[in-house]
Amino acid sequence: MAHGPAKGIGRWLFTTNHKDIGSMYLWFSFSMFIVGGFFAMLIRAELFSPGLQMMRPEFFNQLTTMHGLVMIFGAIMPAFVGLANWMIPLQIGAPDMALPRMNNLSFWILPVAFVILMSTMFMEGGGPNFGWTFYPPLSTTYAPDSVNYFIFALHIMGASSIMGAINIIATVLNMRAPGMTMMKMPMFVWTWLITAFLLVAVMPVLAGAVTMVLMDVNFGTSFFDAAGGGDPILFQHVFWFFGHPEVYIIILPAFGVISAIIPTFSRKPLFGYSSMVYATAAIAFLSFIVWAHHMFTVGMPLTGELYFMYATMLIAVPTGVKVFNWVATMFRGAITFETPMLFAIAFIILFTIGGFTGVMVAMAPADIQYHDTYFVIAHFHYVMVAGAVFSGTGAVYYWLPKWCGRMYDETMGKLQFWLAFIGFNITFFPQHFLGLAGMPRRYADYSLQFADWNMVSSIGSFIYGAAQILLLYNVIATIVAGKRVTEPKTWEGAEGLEWTVPTPAPYHTFSTPPEVK
Amino acid sequence: MATKTTGKLIAKLSAGAVVMFLFAMFVMPPLYDVFCEVTGLGGKTGDRYVATDATIDESRTIRVQFVATNNGEMPWDFGPTVHEVRVHPGEPTPVTFFARNPTDMDMVAQAVPSVSPANAARHFLKTECFCFNQQPLAAGAETEMPVVFIVDRDLPRAVNTITLSYTLFDITAHSENVASLSN
Repeated sequence: MAHGPAKGIGRWLFTTNHKDIGSMYLWFSFSMFIVGGFFAMLIRAELFSPGLQMMRPEFFNQLTTMHGLVMIFGAIMPAFVGLANWMIPLQIGAPDMALPRMNNLSFWILPVAFVILMSTMFMEGGGPNFGWTFYPPLSTTYAPDSVNYFIFALHIMGASSIMGAINIIATVLNMRAPGMTMMKMPMFVWTWLITAFLLVAVMPVLAGAVTMVLMDVNFGTSFFDAAGGGDPILFQHVFWFFGHPEVYIIILPAFGVISAIIPTFSRKPLFGYSSMVYATAAIAFLSFIVWAHHMFTVGMPLTGELYFMYATMLIAVPTGVKVFNWVATMFRGAITFETPMLFAIAFIILFTIGGFTGVMVAMAPADIQYHDTYFVIAHFHYVMVAGAVFSGTGAVYYWLPKWCGRMYDETMGKLQFWLAFIGFNITFFPQHFLGLAGMPRRYADYSLQFADWNMVSSIGSFIYGAAQILLLYNVIATIVAGKRVTEPKTWEGAEGLEWTVPTPAPYHTFSTPPEVK
Repeated sequence: MATKTTGKLIAKLSAGAVVMFLFAMFVMPPLYDVFCEVTGLGGKTGDRYVATDATIDESRTIRVQFVATNNGEMPWDFGPTVHEVRVHPGEPTPVTFFARNPTDMDMVAQAVPSVSPANAARHFLKTECFCFNQQPLAAGAETEMPVVFIVDRDLPRAVNTITLSYTLFDITAHSENVASLSN
């Protein structure tokens, strides 16, 4: 298999190579990250001071909705699918993904979905303005006409995710190198295997929810319309039955990345490997039985509130196992603080803060105060941004030398880390205070007493935004002019099959399966 | 590569995805309805009840309050004729709600009941209710709409007050009953 990639644009359009598709996923995800980040910058600019400065509230609502949709379905999920495409075959000693053509399809329908979604913002009546959770009647009775395009786009994204997930499961279960038993797989592969099962289970539920909204809007059904015998609360149950596993779909692969980076720079094997596997599976299982904790204020019976409260707090146990395992891995390790390690350590600290606020919002009586305030915004940005995005950024710095055979500039990497870390905390830590003081989410304006912390938060967000531009610069500078590296093991403490192939990773790897002892 | 086992695996996973879609569309909504009916979640009350036992529990007196709300932009005047009655469990009680259509259009409404507290919902039985049907009302017309209810004798001891709330929805656009008005 001496032949390399095809020439010209055809290489990218028709490729079935897992590395090409992985790269496309990563670039697509980064471009969506910039778009979603641009929406966030507009939101923070509007909230810089009280009153309406830049936009109508209707447009603000479109921004918050699109920011959520683009970041979740366009930036974070494809980023980890991209990492999975690149790394899973390398980590299990497979020549490619199990279903290379479907892999191409599942990537290329994504840009289509996002073109459709973005185009709604230029339509008459504007784009989706009902929040990324699209609760009826906002998304049915009061929705702009573009809601049908939103639904179609979401269907395509769901199809893409399901195909990607099936591909990953087939690859992991059927294409491991001889000797690579399940309990020898790297944690990243394990977390992705479990995530893929979650995707297959819940993306169809999202498809069901949007289909019911579609029928209520266009075909006169009353799934969510009380006047016709339906119930808008039903939507929330269906949506969060998808939505809660969805947050673990986002964070589990991030756990896998951290479980790869921490041992490398601690120069010790991962502490408690098997407990990590079981904890991941436990989190995935629990994610199916806690959904109504997003709905404590809809008026549930006391037993319901109690059940969902305790079940939710239970998730802190396997998550705690993971955090303690990472800390134990670092304990007495010969630690060095390269950029990926900095992102991984920041992940552990900030994700734990987000986990603690998670336990706070899990408490039903307290949540009645926190619900729909900036406290919730702060909570989920600590787990989604400092969790998934920091982990993804760390992963890029960690594997970039392997991908392109060039080392990033350590000083620039560290600068980007500190800019991101400081910017992130200035943005989101004050939002805890705002939320506790009662500032509600999803409004373009706020009362005067919230002005100071909002200004601080906005300044922080501009710093955090600048850090992402620096990330883009760092990646491009590395690819174009980074110092060349050739040794297969780019990091001296790294272990695993991906570090046995030459650097940069050739177009075809493991054409003959490696022997795993 | 084991293509045969891969094919089987893909078939299973795809079937799983389809099953989950059908589950969300066709199992979750009815399941939710059953769940609400059993637990009284959301104050949902049952369909028409046929009284079987006429025993009245004179030892308890329950306050039943009536609340009426117009959904959204619904322009009708709508409310209970009496705001509160005191009843004994087991005793059929008739009450009425009034409605007036102040607009110059023929309209159709649908009332949706809800009972609070939730653990009383199952024990609040309606033998007759205007909410069982759509309510067409010609422009400017008004009407009195009957409800006959029985508070079940098994009502939990802790419940002394029950609130019956109706929300009135404008369903003119979705209804065929408008045409019948003009005849």
